Amino acid sequence: MLFDVSGAKHWIVRLNQKLQEQKKYLTSLDQAIGDGDHGLNMARGFQEVVLKIHDTEYKDLGTFFKDVGMTLILKVGGASGPLYGTAFLKFSMELKEKKEINGIELGEALSAALEGIRSRGRAQLGDKTIVDVWEPVVDLMMSEGENLNPDELIRLANEKMEDTKDMEAKKGRAAYLGKRSIGHIDPGATSSMYLFEALAEVLKGESYEE
Amino acid sequence: MKNNNVSILLISHCYEIVSGLKNLLNQVQPDVNIAISGGIHDEIGTNAFDIKNALESVYTSNGVVILFDLGSALINAELAVEMFGGNKKIIFADAPLVEGAYAAVVESGLGNTVEEVANAAESAKQLQKISD
Repeated sequence: MLFDVSGAKHWIVRLNQKLQEQKKYLTSLDQAIGDGDHGLNMARGFQEVVLKIHDTEYKDLGTFFKDVGMTLILKVGGASGPLYGTAFLKFSMELKEKKEINGIELGEALSAALEGIRSRGRAQLGDKTIVDVWEPVVDLMMSEGENLNPDELIRLANEKMEDTKDMEAKKGRAAYLGKRSIGHIDPGATSSMYLFEALAEVLKGESYEE
Repeated sequence: MKNNNVSILLISHCYEIVSGLKNLLNQVQPDVNIAISGGIHDEIGTNAFDIKNALESVYTSNGVVILFDLGSALINAELAVEMFGGNKKIIFADAPLVEGAYAAVVESGLGNTVEEVANAAESAKQLQKISD
């Protein structure tokens, strides 16, 4: 399996499609336990990212994902801007000057991105955050490497997103609700599921144009 | 810069909150440099680049104490401080925004250090607002 700038563009374009389609759903999840801006923030942020990457020729994965991260930090006002932004910046640092990578390198770079999210948000597994999807998915990618089955990645991301429903929020605006946050799926875990679902679809060889 | 006092940076998801708070503090202590960062593109939120610019506008070797409203403001502020560069005298005060900023500006006006200003802000957490 090889992942290059073309694959990276398809990933981000596909993720943006999902976020535009699910904008209202994400917002409704966030209205239940947060401040109700997650759908709008993600949809707007990734729309800006797609505009940015559309007109630029990228020589390597590092510069591509640096633009993704910087645009999210610049354009998204909620926690998702700096968290996803930091993730893509750390990801880009691992991929500096790389034109294409294999499954093992992809897993390692995503692992660095996860570390960025963890240190920026200070969230642990079980806190009902994006980490609850990222950590098990990255673990799977690290352990499977070149043998990763994209359908298994999609299945796991969905399962881990569903699991946040029974958790009590410990971080972010939802933490103010305490036990009342139980029974709702975390909106950030949901957008992270879309992120990995889009990646898995691209790894299966599907291509997406704007 | 007005003088050698420690500067204060106020961050909120809402521009009007920190804009109004700055007015209040200027009345209490006009000699302390106060920067604000609130909202993102005229909407609710915070922005790391905007915070970095605000920080730059008041940073001196005496240091800056940062106060913020809600969680994701801290995330963006930490990112802003990283972008601004390490090894600087910048302290985040874990404090209520209004009372903490009030205590900080008074302490800074007395010419005290960045640590003392941050401690004053944090001690506002224990302030009893209604006496027994």
